[in-house]
Amino acid sequence: MTYGISINVNGTQHTNEVESRLLLSSYLRETLNLTGAHIGCDTTSCGACTVLLNGAAVKSCTLFAVQANGATVTTIEGLATNGELHPIQEGFWEKHGLQCGFCTPGMILSAYDLLQRNPNPTEQEIRHGLAGNLCRCTGYHNIVKAVQYAAEKMSS
Amino acid sequence: MVTSSFDYHAPTSVAEAAELLTRFGDSAKLLAGGHSLVPMMKSRLAEPKVLIDLGRIESMAYIREADGGLAIGAMTKYVDLETSDLVKSKAPALAQAAGMIADPLVRNMGTIGGSLAHADPAADLPAVMLALGARLITSSTGGHRTIEADDFFVDLLTTGLRPDEILSEIAIPALLPRTGTAYAKFGNKASHFAIVGVAASVTLSPDGTCEAARVGVTGAGPKATRATETEALLNGHRLLHGDQIDEDVIEAAAARAGAGVDLQEDIHASAEYRAHLTTVFAKRVIREAVSRAK
Repeated sequence: MTYGISINVNGTQHTNEVESRLLLSSYLRETLNLTGAHIGCDTTSCGACTVLLNGAAVKSCTLFAVQANGATVTTIEGLATNGELHPIQEGFWEKHGLQCGFCTPGMILSAYDLLQRNPNPTEQEIRHGLAGNLCRCTGYHNIVKAVQYAAEKMSS
Repeated sequence: MVTSSFDYHAPTSVAEAAELLTRFGDSAKLLAGGHSLVPMMKSRLAEPKVLIDLGRIESMAYIREADGGLAIGAMTKYVDLETSDLVKSKAPALAQAAGMIADPLVRNMGTIGGSLAHADPAADLPAVMLALGARLITSSTGGHRTIEADDFFVDLLTTGLRPDEILSEIAIPALLPRTGTAYAKFGNKASHFAIVGVAASVTLSPDGTCEAARVGVTGAGPKATRATETEALLNGHRLLHGDQIDEDVIEAAAARAGAGVDLQEDIHASAEYRAHLTTVFAKRVIREAVSRAK
């Protein structure tokens, strides 16, 4: 059985008929061709599929697209404005916050949520704030530096 | 991973949700934050034919002061419990435990009611409910019912909820004067589920004697359990001499926190290790509760 949904993704309203069991991650990747949210573990552990749902970072593999009906979703593709990187994206560039890049979209969107709630986090708070995102390259050190760079830039 | 097919309903009131639940009975599951149910559906451990999403019922998400304590809507998210000044002041152990659940992404979706109704043996909040003496209020087409936390956790993934009932509110009684509450756990490094978690509420008299103690243990057994032997060893005993905490009394009481628990054994921890962790964490939270009760 299909259901009509209407979701604002990165500023564009999308209206689709979807199966109830379609996950938000699959909807974004396969229906809208937005492949920035990655499917890593597919078991609510790794955070590679993180997106912002009404501004809060969530694991898009763990909710159905129908649950997001009427919501506003931001994926990594929607973070830069007019070709200008968001300060968090810039931080990952400047501080070499990625190696293979698989976890990066999720890391950036989790960091976005963190900095919204806590604009000047300590190193410890950054590490706790990113606890839902795993980096298999283990590049956490520079990821923390990237978030610190962004926090500084965003508060200046 | 793809779940089985299901019909999806998104009621906007508790009454409407209760009617749907009565209509579809066993073939339906209630969807709260979905962070236990959706993974179970993806691995096909759960294959409900009907999903009733409570996420659109705005009246189920609230934190209010009530009778000096708290009334919390079942659809209140962990992140809101963790950051609420009202919860921090009226039920410190609850705010503390909510902030330790899984990770921030999960806490943005997971709900108090979802966690309690699922009754995962390694969930954090059941222990806190036992220590705080919470009352769980249900809604159904037949009206409301109140279940004491002590009667709610029946067995592994099994609660005192009837099949037609929706857990709608969690009532936390007012803390008596000079009461401290605390929660601590030894979490699994990957999932942060409690291998053992302990919550305590301790009320002291002006001279530092324990007037009331409630201790809840999760993770150790198939369900969250009151550590009644520990409570008995604290009640009536002096836990504070001036500013000095009586370590001996607390240690002796904490040593019995695993008594009566059907200690589980799995790849994460042996029964013996869980028994050890139970005493260690009971001691820590009782000390913390006593220091907060001053």
